[in-house]
Amino acid sequence: MPDTLIAFHLSRSFGAVRAVDDVSLSIAPGEIYGMVGPDGAGKTTTLRLICGAVKRGAGSVTIGGISLERQPEQARAQIGYLSQHFSLYEELTALENIRFLAEVRGLARGEWLSLSREILAFVGLEAFENRLARNLSGGMKQKLSLACALVNRPRLLLLDEPTTGVDPVTRQDFWQLIIRLAGEQGIAVLLCTPYMDEAVRCSRVGFLRAGKLIVEGPPRRLRESLRGRILELSGSPEMLLLRAARRDPDVQDAQRFGDRLHLRIRAGQAETVQARLGEQIRAAGGTVERLAEIPPLLEDVFIDLAGGVKSV
Amino acid sequence: MTLRLLSLIRKEFIQIVRDPRTLAITFMMPVVMLFLLGFAATNDVRNVPLAVLDQDRTQESRSLLDAYRAADYFRLDYVVGREEEMRALIDSNQARAGIIIPPGYGKTLLAGRVAQVAFVIDGSDPTVASTALSAAILIGQAKSSRIVLERAGRSGQSAIPSKPPVDVRTQVWYNPALVSAYYMIPGLIGMILQFLTTMLTATSIVRERERGTIEQLIVTPIRSWELVVGKLAPYVLIAFFDTLEILVVGVIVFQVPINGSLALFLGLAALFLVTTLGIGLLISTVANTQQEAMLTTMFTVLPSIFLSGFFFPLAAMPMVLQWISYAIPLRYFLIIARGIVLKGVGAEALWPEIIALSIFALVVMSAAAMRFRKRLD
Repeated sequence: MPDTLIAFHLSRSFGAVRAVDDVSLSIAPGEIYGMVGPDGAGKTTTLRLICGAVKRGAGSVTIGGISLERQPEQARAQIGYLSQHFSLYEELTALENIRFLAEVRGLARGEWLSLSREILAFVGLEAFENRLARNLSGGMKQKLSLACALVNRPRLLLLDEPTTGVDPVTRQDFWQLIIRLAGEQGIAVLLCTPYMDEAVRCSRVGFLRAGKLIVEGPPRRLRESLRGRILELSGSPEMLLLRAARRDPDVQDAQRFGDRLHLRIRAGQAETVQARLGEQIRAAGGTVERLAEIPPLLEDVFIDLAGGVKSV
Repeated sequence: MTLRLLSLIRKEFIQIVRDPRTLAITFMMPVVMLFLLGFAATNDVRNVPLAVLDQDRTQESRSLLDAYRAADYFRLDYVVGREEEMRALIDSNQARAGIIIPPGYGKTLLAGRVAQVAFVIDGSDPTVASTALSAAILIGQAKSSRIVLERAGRSGQSAIPSKPPVDVRTQVWYNPALVSAYYMIPGLIGMILQFLTTMLTATSIVRERERGTIEQLIVTPIRSWELVVGKLAPYVLIAFFDTLEILVVGVIVFQVPINGSLALFLGLAALFLVTTLGIGLLISTVANTQQEAMLTTMFTVLPSIFLSGFFFPLAAMPMVLQWISYAIPLRYFLIIARGIVLKGVGAEALWPEIIALSIFALVVMSAAAMRFRKRLD
């Protein structure tokens, strides 16, 4: 099956800032593509370029085989877009919101009600159809936004940080919905997320930095890239461990993960550091509970790619 | 009309109806302003303190003063000997008007010629002044006809004189142009039309951007013109409702006569609305928040109010301001509104204003259409 989204060489500058710099993406039906990257990396602008909400500087977008340049409205008819902030009309009820978006997207008069109810039931809001959007909770609002994005049966779903500010239970529900949409209906999903535990659930992840897509692949393969380079260190006192780790010439980065530290080691130096660092800490009067190699987390990869931010 | 357009308009109406504050502003403001301005302007003026400078001191001059005393518009509180005293009384607000009967008044009248009387009015309170002014003239005219009748009775001649014998020359101090309720109501329609349509269109579009709902609209197949029409149509309807509301209240409460064609008036109001809606649309393309939109609206509405001739007559303004006023659409609509409602004139007398408004409509709407993009940037 051909890819649902094909984006070639997308670029867009705002003044002197290259917000999106030569990004190419393609997403197959049923695939969930996660876009991660630090704030300001160009994630939101990339989504907006794909749906035509901002003007492209360069590049081309094809959605479901339809060119966004040549047939913008037909191409957009294939998209369900959930923007970063709740995009609902607060004065309208849940059902009225869905109805409005269904109608402006060109659903036939007889079609919208049964479809809207079906989608409301799908996101679990059927009991709240007559409640004003402003009186819905944050999680319900987000589910209603998703319902609105789904009402035209899109082939491509664009989700911009869909679970930011949503409680963990709702997040879980939300992900079940996304997985069902991709798996059962073959919808291609492109989502931006700041959460690594969400990125792990994607079929593919792309890292965006300073407008450039610097690496992409399945989460497992991305984690492979750091295999043998992450050490976990725990012991006491913590300040001493951190200072010693940062002083070591082969430790590129030290990050605190709960009560332990993740150290990123220069390639091939893991064993040297393991021996040297443990000794130094004990010599300085500290204790080492654990200093061992662990499988890298996607978060480690992210920090590495984001430029090894030296912060704790 | 497409289904998309209809649902956009319906959505807009639902939002208006469920936003009681905007709804109240929309429908209450015209009436509240009408009552405020209308009653302030038509309050009956009685017992205006009058200073008298009778330099003639004849039976004829006393007879004229009696005529003023008999009408309860004036109270002859002060008798002064010199004009300076009169000025001092008016300056200190003790007297609001003065009458000066020059020496030789009686003799001139008796000789059958026209005798002049000066009537001075403090114009700093236009409401009082306008009533006092017309009262002063009316009383003078009534006195004139009586004198003419008396003369005719005496001489047995025809009672049609070439000129009325008493000529009350009025002079308004401090505010030479006077505002009246009749004058106010057509102007009020213009002002409210401009204020409401500009503000409501600008804020309703900016609100979509502020709340992020515009992003949803952008990715729908809805076309730019549908978005614009769908946004403007509800406010056009509201504007016409407000116009009729003001006219009905004006006619019933303030007895404003509608002398001209109502259809012509509404037609030209529609022409004016194209411009004000266009301004609202333009504002929506530059403002990022509803507050910004509202402030920008005020920035366009205030000069309109002051430089259109709504409160202050254009003829009394410095030339520079008069020139600027040509760039203000409300100026032309006021002439049209007052012309049709008060003077009962037809389109043939208003064509320069109609052409001017058409040019504004064309220019503003094209500029707005060029700037308005169905995009975020």
